[in-house]
This record gives sequence, structure tokens and C-alpha cells, in this order.
Amino acid sequence: MKNPFLSYEVGDFFDEMFGDQGRPRPHYQTLLQRFGELSNDEFERKNLAASQTFLNQGITFTVYSDDRGTERIMPFDAIPRIIPEDEWQKVERGLVQRITALNLFLHDLYHDQRIIKEGVIPAEVIQSAKHFRPEFVGVDVPKDIYIHICGSDLIRDRDGNYLVLEDNGRCPSGVSYVLTNREVMKRVFPSLFADHKVRPVDHYCQELFNLLRHVAPANCPNPEDPTVVLLTPGIYNSAYFEHSFLARSMGIEIVVGQDLIVKDDVVYMKTTKGLQRVDVIYRRLDDDFLDPLAFRPDSVLGVPGLVSAYRKGNVNLANAIGTGAADDKVMYYFVPAMIRFYLQQEPLLENVPTYLTMFEKDRKYVLENLPNLVIKSANESGGYGMLIGPHASQAEIEKFRGAILADPRNYVAQPVVSLSRSPSYCGNAIEGRHIDLRPYILYGEKITIVPGGLTRVALRKGSLVVNSSQGGGSKDTWVVD
Amino acid sequence: MLSRVADSLYWLSRYIERAENNARILDVNLQLTLDSDHAGPEEEAADWTPILATFEDLKAFRESHPVINAASVCEFVTFSELNPNSILSCISKARENARTVREYISSEMWERINGLYLWIRSQSARDLYQEAAISLYRQIVDHSHQFAGTTDATLTQADGWNFMQVGKFLDRADSVSRILDLKYHILLPQGETVGGTVDTVQWQAVLKSCSGLEAFQKLHTARVTPASVAEFLVLHPAFPRSIRFCVDHLDAALHRISGTDRTQFSNPAERLSGRMLSDLNYTTISDIFQQGLHQYLDRVQLRLIETGQAMFQQYCAWD
Repeated sequence: MKNPFLSYEVGDFFDEMFGDQGRPRPHYQTLLQRFGELSNDEFERKNLAASQTFLNQGITFTVYSDDRGTERIMPFDAIPRIIPEDEWQKVERGLVQRITALNLFLHDLYHDQRIIKEGVIPAEVIQSAKHFRPEFVGVDVPKDIYIHICGSDLIRDRDGNYLVLEDNGRCPSGVSYVLTNREVMKRVFPSLFADHKVRPVDHYCQELFNLLRHVAPANCPNPEDPTVVLLTPGIYNSAYFEHSFLARSMGIEIVVGQDLIVKDDVVYMKTTKGLQRVDVIYRRLDDDFLDPLAFRPDSVLGVPGLVSAYRKGNVNLANAIGTGAADDKVMYYFVPAMIRFYLQQEPLLENVPTYLTMFEKDRKYVLENLPNLVIKSANESGGYGMLIGPHASQAEIEKFRGAILADPRNYVAQPVVSLSRSPSYCGNAIEGRHIDLRPYILYGEKITIVPGGLTRVALRKGSLVVNSSQGGGSKDTWVVD
Repeated sequence: MLSRVADSLYWLSRYIERAENNARILDVNLQLTLDSDHAGPEEEAADWTPILATFEDLKAFRESHPVINAASVCEFVTFSELNPNSILSCISKARENARTVREYISSEMWERINGLYLWIRSQSARDLYQEAAISLYRQIVDHSHQFAGTTDATLTQADGWNFMQVGKFLDRADSVSRILDLKYHILLPQGETVGGTVDTVQWQAVLKSCSGLEAFQKLHTARVTPASVAEFLVLHPAFPRSIRFCVDHLDAALHRISGTDRTQFSNPAERLSGRMLSDLNYTTISDIFQQGLHQYLDRVQLRLIETGQAMFQQYCAWD
């Protein structure tokens, strides 16, 4: 029997499992010993059993490369990521601080805009934020909560420091993988859970449900027991499995736009026993598609009249309309300033160092160092409008130089951060692959974060891209006492 | 429950039942033609044309297939994506409906239906089909039974389950009427008489395709006559694939949904199912033969369609 970790190379990165001189970190020692007892064949078998479980349970996402909308499973890597409890607590405190500041910011943004008046954030940054909804200035939302569910992406730098890469304050997805990964791991490696005190994650849905009930709207006829539904774009949405999974786990109805109807500014769902009033909608639909009367008139996914019912306090939406203003890439730069402004605290979790080309000093630095930086366009996502300096040609660099000079407000720059690596099972060997971490933060009566989150892994050799559409997979994430 | 969910559960259940019945029909016809000594292409076409007539698919078939024979008809009814009623299409649509009500049905139900979908599209199903098509059809019937069993064992027997019952028994009654009518379309070979050997073999095949031969033999020993088979499949009160049994369960499910007493009705769907049931309760097989079995079955099919439409109007239509 050959220990599959014997030939593992740590490389010039922060490795999650191995520390100085390739010595295993203490919190991985038991796991390493257990895995060392498995032969390659056994490991391969278990990995296969895990994938089969995902496929059989229909835990899939849809890829639109052909007209059939092929369903794929997200590749699962059976080697878990372990975070020691004390390390996690630091991350947790940082995330609580961050979501608190973001919610205070959104409330301020949609009311007095003190942060602008006092010169902390320039007014033009707000005006250029694509997802800012000026028509909602002055509108109150229940309990003053805007971002109810947040999924911030964290990475670790060369020294192992956790940094925030972005805040996903609109409709973050992926939490169903946190829960199903754990279930599959328990099924495939039951004995590992006897060896480790892994903090459970399965209370997520209960906490989410409590949160949704907590934010019942002002005019809810039955505030003790509001009717909560989950609004999905439908079965062809790539995250439909997750929508369905969450609704099922909470025991609430999952609805599509056509299931809802608005009469006299009240939202109802169409049931076999007639119309039933709806109080809280956990919507997994972007602002733009919510209501063809208020936003995109061509949206067939939304519900005509929904926004008007929301404004009147007859229904609540989670997350609130307009939270996208807070996860704009330029706004991200100001989150540490928000924390200082609203909480009078120093940020516990750092941002990735970021330069705003709208500031003359930053711009000068950026233009001088383009080949060493990552340039991102403020309002685009999914890797579009991005320049990775070290990999770019001279022509591309010059193109971005021109674009930055023409519209300096629209760009941010960051140094290339080399993400930490974790041993991953790749075919017949165990190799280091880059990972990130997306914890899910629930802001209701209290702030709850299930221990850990989703660890995404860039399974392609050398890749820094963890997205599932580009060869990314995921692994179970353990917070261990 | 949501109207859309009720509708999807109803169709999910109908499509599974339909896939099962198509498998039954093909299974029986394959066995029948194994017994017959037909050799030429014309005889083979005659053996398989009634199947297409049963499904009312003749036109769609002709557009894509030049000849009618065992291979082309079986392929068309089993795997063709051009045929909206092929077993593959039915299973795909059942799964598509299941996906939209994933949170309503149990995980066990979903895993069954998803497993069936993945299997029917797999190479191993193709291989089995090439090797022994009858085994493939038996497995489809088994899958359907397992799904029904899983449903009854894991789904709360409330409204959703009732809508599934409506779909299942409606489609089953429809299919049984079509299988029975199939015999009407099959011509006896020249020289064969009604009540002769081939005729008897054909009626036995009809029973087999409804899993009814064994139950029938317990009642009638081996005496297979047109009237006794038709009586059994149309009017038997307790055989689970007789039309009367299906309509009884359909009517019961509809009444459970509204909470109305079985002796009354509160909406057009219940009125239609209740009337159909009392007709079946108070009809004899000689009445039916007097009207003509084919005409009678035709009307049954029409009334089933009306009942389905009335149910949709009552519970699912909002525009």
C-alpha cells in the first residue's frame, strides 16, 4: 500500500495542510493518518461513490453550452478543508463586523447619505454604481435589514491571512453544496467524523427560515406566522437544484413568477384552494427581473405589481431591492472606510489591496505597473472586462491603459494574489490546487454564520479560477475544535 | 397547494403510468408475433400497424419511418424523441415535471424517477433493448411499480398524492381501453374464426398486457372468450387495472381533494367521474356488446378526457 501523500509537492504557496518544511499542520494530522491507510484504489472508489451520489440525487447545475441544457455535477474533491476553531472565530468576527457595516451603509445610502455628506465616499462613486436604485431613497425596509443573506468570498494570501475578495450581497448561491457535501462525506467516510469534532452545518435552513419569518413586512396580517415563499426563475436556472433544496428544507413553497399575482398591492399565490396571501419572498431573482412594471419590461420571470406591493409594506423581499450598490467593485474599496465610519472600529478582515484609478495617485501607480496588476471593470462580473497583467500581451495592456484614461472611474486594480492551495485528488495523484472560501452569513434577529462555508477548488492545474463553469469543484469544509 | 404543483404532480404521475402501459403493449405484441408464423414484410406490417393505431401516432410515424415492422415500431414507441408519447419522451416529461416539484415529492421518489431517466438514456438500456427487448419492457414496468410503491410509502397522502392518484388512474383507464380496443384493430388471419386458436391467443395476450391473465384464470379457469375478457377488463370491481376500478379510484381521489361526500358532487370534474362510475357500476357486458365494444371504449376515452379537463379548470387554470 502506497501512501498517496508521499509524493505531494507543497510548491511556493501557502498550503492548507502542510506548513514549514512540508510538515503537516497539527489540525490535519489525524486526517492525514487515516487517508494514508487508504490505497489509491480505495480512494478512487470512494471518490466515485461520492460523485455517483450527487448524480443520483440530481445535485446538478445546468450548463448552457448546448440547447438541451446539459446537467452536470459540480466536481467533488473528497479531501476536506479543515479550519481550526480559533482561526474560524477570527474570520467569523470579521464577517459579522463587515455585514453589520454593509447594512448600516445601505440604510444610510437609501436615507440621509451621511457617508457622502461627510466626504467618506465621493458622491460620483454612488452615482456610477450600476445597482444603486435612487427611486428607493426614503423607502423603509422591515427591521432596517437590507442584506439578509450574504456570501463573501475569502482568499488566503501567501502568509495565510484571510482577505475579502468580494461581498456578494445580492443573491449569493452555493450554500446547498455546503450541506450536500457534508452529507456525502458522512456517507462515504463515516469513520472520519468519529475521529474529528466537526462543527455541524445542518442548522442553516432552520436559521434561514427564522430569519425570513423575522423580517415579515409592516402590514403582515399574521406577523407571528407569516407566509414565506422562495421565488425562483425556474427549472432552467443553473441554481434550480439549490432553490428547490432550500425550499424543501424550510418546508415552504417554491414559486415561479406565474404562481404569484398582485391585487390591490397585495401579493397572492395561486393555489388549488384559491388565492393565498404571501408575506415574505426569498427571491433568487435579480432586481432587474422582479417586476416588469418597475424594472425590465421584457421580464417574463417576474410578477407585475410586486415592487409596488413591496413599497407599500405589504410584502418583504430578501435580499432587499438595491443591495447591489454595496457589492460594486468600486464600493468594495470603501468597505474598510464604512467599518471605521459606522462602527468606529478597525476592520478585522482586510480587503485585497485595491487601487481606484479615479484617484490621481492610485491611477499614476496603476498606469506605471499595469503588467503586474489585475485590472477589473467596476460593473462587470464573471471575468469579463478584466486584465491579468502578468498574462497579458503588450497590446492588451495598452488597450486597458487607454480605457482607464478615458473612464478612470470605471476601473479598479489589485495585485495578483496567489491563492492558498489545498491537497486535492486529481485522477491518480494528490496534488495542490488553489482554493477560496465562501461563508454564508445570515442577518436576522441575530447574525448567524454556519461554521465554514463553501470551499471552491480550481481543479485545473495551475488555475486560479474556482468557478464551476470553468472547471472548478468543491470540497467539504470543516471547522474543527 | 400551488395550482402549478398540482398540475405537475398530475402529469408526472400520468407520464409514468403511460410509459409503463406503452412498455406493456410492446411487450405483448412482441410475444404475440413470436408465436405467429408470419414471414413476409406485409404480414409483419399487419402485426404492428394496430400498435400505432392504438397510440394514434400513425401520421407522426409515417413522417419519419418508411416501413412498418417490429424494429421500426418498437424503436418509435420506445426511444424516438420525435414521438411525444414514446417511453423515452414520457419518462423525460415525467422527470421534467418531477424537477419542478422537487421540493414537494420525497427524495426517494426523485431518486427513483431520476434513476429511471438516466437509465433509459444510457447505453446499457440500448444494449438490453438490442439483446432482449422484452426484458427492457419488463424493467420499465418494474420501475413504474417501484415508483408507485415508493410514492405510496413516502409521500404524505394529502392533496398532492390525490392529484397523483387522479393522473395515474385516468391514464391507466385510458390505456386499458386502448389495449382492449387494440384487439378490435387486429385482423384475424384468413381461415381463422372468432373463438378459434389465434383469436384465443390474442385475447390472452390482451389479458397478459394488463397483468390480468393470472387473475382472470382464477375467476374463469382457462375459458377465454371475448365477452369474459372484456367484462373482466372493463367491469371487474376489484382488479386494479379494470376500467371500473380505475374510475372508482379516480372518483375517490377527486372527492378527497374537495372533501365532498362520494354520493354528491361539488364541481364538474366530480360530476363527470361520478356519472362515469355509476354507469360502470350498473352496466353489463351484454349492454356493452350491444352498443359495440369499440364504440363504448371510444366514449370512455372521451369521458376521461373531459374529466381531466374539468379537473384542470377547477384547480389549475387561472387565466
